[in-house]
Amino acid sequence: MTAATELDTLIGRKWRKPPFIKRAWLRWMLTIGGLAYLVAAFATLEVNWSRVYEGLDRGAAFIMAFMEPDFVSRWGDIRDGMVESLVMTVGASVVGIAISIPIGLGAARNIAPLPVYVICRGIVAVSRALQEIIVAILLVAIFGFGPLAGFLTLSFATIGFLSKLLAEDIEAMDRSQGEAIRATGARWLQWINYGVQPQVMPRLIGLSMYRIDINFRESAILGLVGAGGIGATLNTAFDRYEFDTAAAILLMIIVIVMALEYLSGIIRARMQ
Amino acid sequence: MPVRSIPGGGQAWRRRTRGETLIRWAGWLIGVAIFVFCWNRISASTTWFFVWDAPRIAGDILSRATPPRWSYIDQLWRPIWDTLNIATLGTLFALIMAVPVAFLAARNTTPSRFLIRPVALLIIVSTRSINSLIWALLLIAIIGPGVFAGVIAISIRSIGFCAKLLYEAIEEIDESQVEAITATGASRWQVMAYGVAPQILPAFAGISVFRWDINIRESTVLGLVGAGGIGLQLSSSLNTLAWPQVALILIVIFVAVVISEWVSAKVRGAII
Repeated sequence: MTAATELDTLIGRKWRKPPFIKRAWLRWMLTIGGLAYLVAAFATLEVNWSRVYEGLDRGAAFIMAFMEPDFVSRWGDIRDGMVESLVMTVGASVVGIAISIPIGLGAARNIAPLPVYVICRGIVAVSRALQEIIVAILLVAIFGFGPLAGFLTLSFATIGFLSKLLAEDIEAMDRSQGEAIRATGARWLQWINYGVQPQVMPRLIGLSMYRIDINFRESAILGLVGAGGIGATLNTAFDRYEFDTAAAILLMIIVIVMALEYLSGIIRARMQ
Repeated sequence: MPVRSIPGGGQAWRRRTRGETLIRWAGWLIGVAIFVFCWNRISASTTWFFVWDAPRIAGDILSRATPPRWSYIDQLWRPIWDTLNIATLGTLFALIMAVPVAFLAARNTTPSRFLIRPVALLIIVSTRSINSLIWALLLIAIIGPGVFAGVIAISIRSIGFCAKLLYEAIEEIDESQVEAITATGASRWQVMAYGVAPQILPAFAGISVFRWDINIRESTVLGLVGAGGIGLQLSSSLNTLAWPQVALILIVIFVAVVISEWVSAKVRGAII
């Protein structure tokens, strides 16, 4: 009865989309608050337009530099930096993946006892909350300049990323396969090896490939704080306004990242 | 099916043929060789004296850094505000630029698959593969240090990420709704506004908040290269070895990251 009268009142009126937030005052408060914040944010943004105008020439020079990148005059530095970045990427990925497998197992609630679970989740949380570059600063202060600090930083960051996703995958796995292995009287290690590992392996390989990709991108900036890799060379090139060398380095980074992405795409497709 | 004979004359199933097994072992051998090469390079450019000394130095830094200098917080409010603005305005500008790129990159909305789509994909890959710190370095060389360079660096870096997720959402839309709008005789823009836009709006909101969260993290370290925000205080405290201040800044960054993650999770939960 009431439904019918409600319909009657609606007939002949134009339909309007129901608003996302029902309470009108809250909707208006949020809109006004958001706008006020944006205005305040824009107001504090100090732009020195004359400086920007001066810089436009340099910007144009930089874009032109991409037309004729200079690989030659600093080739020695670029090669050393690139090799160091790649070496850090490979080393840190191998060690990071190797460490994140046990931690990932420990961080999965369905196979780990509670104390192990809490410790492993703690490690994952710390590793994810700290940014790579901040970790790198601290590790450079502790271990000195050079690629070792970068290697340790990337390994540490890999653990947080990979263990978390691996643990989530283990938690989402099919229990019955593990139980079937258990029923044969398998020990814990056999259970993991034959019941759990085959289910998560394709995803682990896919994620590892993705992480190698990320590690290379990160290794390109660790040099800014002295942790080895191409970043130091790049920083010097920018400081000296050698845009043609910087363009060459950036092009190499883009090409390597694209190649890694393509490669990981092929490997992931073959895994499925 | 690969089999092997077992003592006693029987035959047993095995997973791979002899050739496949050999190839697998060769792959492992090459992998290990690459890792050993990488480790040797890292080890060669490491001063091992510092590494053996590391526990003592770490302990020393820890003892210097505690307790954090809480009174320093008074000088941090402005950098925190700047950091927030860099992340928010950077995300805003990134979205403004990412929307057209995403429409040009999606198979079902691009005007030309052979001419324009590859260009859009190139923009996505190249902005994504270069870290925001490198963008910041470049922009500081061009437009000078400050918050403005940080905002632009964050926004350029975020274009690729937002556009990639957005064009994937556009490709997944329900075509029948678009056909229904087209059947009413709607123009190309009307189809976009009433057929495509409402379907991708939730994804768009989700992506914005997700990227905003990442940008808060990234903008905390932009100051290390001079692009404004709390990183400036971090780098000056590090340069003067004011460890109690460094400790406080790290705590502030940690809290900011945790809060932004919480906000983004809440908002995404409300949208989806």
